[in-house]
Amino acid sequence: MRAVRLSVVTAVATTAALTALTGCTEKSDAKDGDAIQVTAADSTCDTSAKSVPAGQVTLRIENKGSRATEVEILFPDDRIVSEKENIGPGTKYTLTAEVKAGSYEIACRPGMKGHGVRQKLTVTGGGKTAKRDPKLDKAVAAYREYAQEQADATLPKVETFVKAIKDGDLEAAKKAYAPSRIGWERTEPVAESFGDIDPKVDVRADGLEEGQKWTGWHRLEKALWEDKKIGKAEKSLADQLVTDLTDWQKRVGKAEITPTSMANGAKELLDEVATGKVTGEEERYSHTDLVDFKANVEGAQKSYELLKPVAEKNDSALTAELDKQFAALNKLLDKYRPNTDSYDFTSYDQVGKSDRKELSDAVNALAEPLSKLAAAVVK
Amino acid sequence: MAEISGEPGPGTDTGTDTDSGAGSGPAAPAPSRRALLGWGGAGLALGAAVAGGAVAMAEAGDGMDPAGADTGGAVAFHGTHQAGIATAVQDRLHFAAFDVKTEDRAAFVQLLKDWTAAARRMTAGKTVGDGAYGGLAEAPPDDTGEALGLNPSRLTLTIGFGPSLFEKFDLADRRPEALVDLPKFPGDNLEKSRTGGDLCVQACADDPQVAVHAIRNLARIGFGKVAIRWSQLGFGKTSSTTPGAQTPRNLFGFKDGTRNIAGDETGRLKKYVWVGDGDGGKTDAWMNGGSYLVARRIRMNIEVWDRTSLQEQEDVFGRDKGEGAPVGKAEEHDPPFLKAMKPDAHVRLAHPDANDGITILRRGYSFTDGTDGLGRLDAGLFFLAYQRDPRKGFIPLQRKLSASDALNEYIQHVGSAVFAIPPGVRDADDWWGRALFSEEA
Repeated sequence: MRAVRLSVVTAVATTAALTALTGCTEKSDAKDGDAIQVTAADSTCDTSAKSVPAGQVTLRIENKGSRATEVEILFPDDRIVSEKENIGPGTKYTLTAEVKAGSYEIACRPGMKGHGVRQKLTVTGGGKTAKRDPKLDKAVAAYREYAQEQADATLPKVETFVKAIKDGDLEAAKKAYAPSRIGWERTEPVAESFGDIDPKVDVRADGLEEGQKWTGWHRLEKALWEDKKIGKAEKSLADQLVTDLTDWQKRVGKAEITPTSMANGAKELLDEVATGKVTGEEERYSHTDLVDFKANVEGAQKSYELLKPVAEKNDSALTAELDKQFAALNKLLDKYRPNTDSYDFTSYDQVGKSDRKELSDAVNALAEPLSKLAAAVVK
Repeated sequence: MAEISGEPGPGTDTGTDTDSGAGSGPAAPAPSRRALLGWGGAGLALGAAVAGGAVAMAEAGDGMDPAGADTGGAVAFHGTHQAGIATAVQDRLHFAAFDVKTEDRAAFVQLLKDWTAAARRMTAGKTVGDGAYGGLAEAPPDDTGEALGLNPSRLTLTIGFGPSLFEKFDLADRRPEALVDLPKFPGDNLEKSRTGGDLCVQACADDPQVAVHAIRNLARIGFGKVAIRWSQLGFGKTSSTTPGAQTPRNLFGFKDGTRNIAGDETGRLKKYVWVGDGDGGKTDAWMNGGSYLVARRIRMNIEVWDRTSLQEQEDVFGRDKGEGAPVGKAEEHDPPFLKAMKPDAHVRLAHPDANDGITILRRGYSFTDGTDGLGRLDAGLFFLAYQRDPRKGFIPLQRKLSASDALNEYIQHVGSAVFAIPPGVRDADDWWGRALFSEEA
């Protein structure tokens, strides 16, 4: 929760820094006459140009099909540069975007779903095309896929949790609570990057702004463990949780993800652990902090593993240290669960002060080198 | 008046006006830039210190340099003894005890080398590593940055090794005999989270930000290898190692450390503070030129003390509150007539004359960590004592005090640790603990 706005800012800043490093910033020299005509239909997507200079790119879109369509400019890793949804049949729309040199695709999605019809678009700049290490594009694409899988797998678990609440089954709801959060906790920086979902589903009482209604997991956590009752309000909040998380599931694919935001996201997950889980603040009623803790570490490790081939080439001492510290922290966490296939962790109120200190030390030992991962990726 | 607070312009340096601003015109309301930097050849210090550069100054540990006492200059890091013991006491303290987290001897030795390099730079007023800005935008800077623009503030960093360290890395046979575990003293109420530690670093500086910066950066370099076990901030030095300086007061309002060893008393330092040839046995050779530190967090029952009559307060100490004169005497430094004091008076019990000459070098600081949740000031004395052998220094002294000192009604020892303080880092190739970790040394 804490990192909501931070993540967005970080992402923007690192993108700018990347640009500066690769020297591929170009001033726009596109004139209005350079606009690309995009003619969308039910099964075609014609574009008037395959190559444009870097800078501001304008798409003049006309939907000649029978259904509403969506037109996007996509990065090689399928991330959306810019898009317009809901262009009705027979209507026109002008879409502009700031685009750096590189390879892109223009996609028309008739009916606003599926892979759509694609056209290549090459954006040129200064005679040379800046290219990101394809390994990094691969890492980003794989991470996006991971984030999507996590969201897809989370919804059924949330539905189980919600069903128990609607059945008024306190014990079943308690049991389903922590597992319903794992996928979310693994990919939290992605969810947080949207800005609006996290405050609805994962806010804690002390994080509420004045006038903000308390919704989401922790509101239900309080009802189950502290108030020990499920009322009408809880049942309606449970439905709301499904709605909000479905929104998350739909938007994961559009998240702004870069190699540096992946690396920083891994670090942010450890920051979450350091500030919320180690203290027992996150799950103050259910004391299931160690489940979130483990999920945060798993998510961070996934980012790291995907970036490792590049990071290792640039800074093998760092990756050796990270391997060591991930292993050490995971080993320590395993002390708190009966078997390593299960997410039944010791209740955090049973974890003593000196054990919490040991966990905190292990988090610091990992987070400090992890803060250097982004640099090792862009070096 | 403008020129007093302003920086001297270029060319104003005379090269002679070096003495802490003393006797150079009317008393300035605040120390001028020159006064802060005052040193032999102030012109040299000025540009270098402003740029955060090193200024070679006092010979560390080998007595103190009186001219350095009131400057914001740098204290030399290299020397026979570590700086921060006999060095003129600075105004502020950040003390940290660490636990070792690694089992890898090579990694730990590397940390000691990295710490030494960082300490060498920080005590000279430089940033750690590649600095606090200007590096790769995607990476956190090496230095945390809060000491940028501040002068070295006489920062000293002093490392120590606790008894528990010798249970690691096969060091058991190198543990000095004098590094004993402290016994339990009557009245001790030690909190585990403020007691012990495999390592300690004492950071003293005239600017608290400089001292905090130093410990913070060392802790950061240490993540994964060591972790802070506990730390203590201190202010208002309660003892002086500067001859002729006013004796500071503790939080009970009394002058403390009247008879402390001064930094220039080479003879007493050698006799009571520095480990010498032939001390202990073979296991102690690496400690030659070092010392032993006892650190105690002593909580003061401030509110109770403040409700105590002046007579009782003076009786407890055995000195008067105004002058600090011993009972029946007029001046602070008059030799005390111990028998004139109450039998349980603090000074009577603690004085070397009553303890076969036992003498320790005190370097304590007052602390207050806010209030304790019951509305009581969480305050007291962070006691730091250096000695040649704790078995002949702190331990017998504290045995006696803990049994009968009238002060015990108003204080409680809540934290405790003992450390072997290795000798100084000799030169740029040397590092903290080399003599302990290198067999040939």
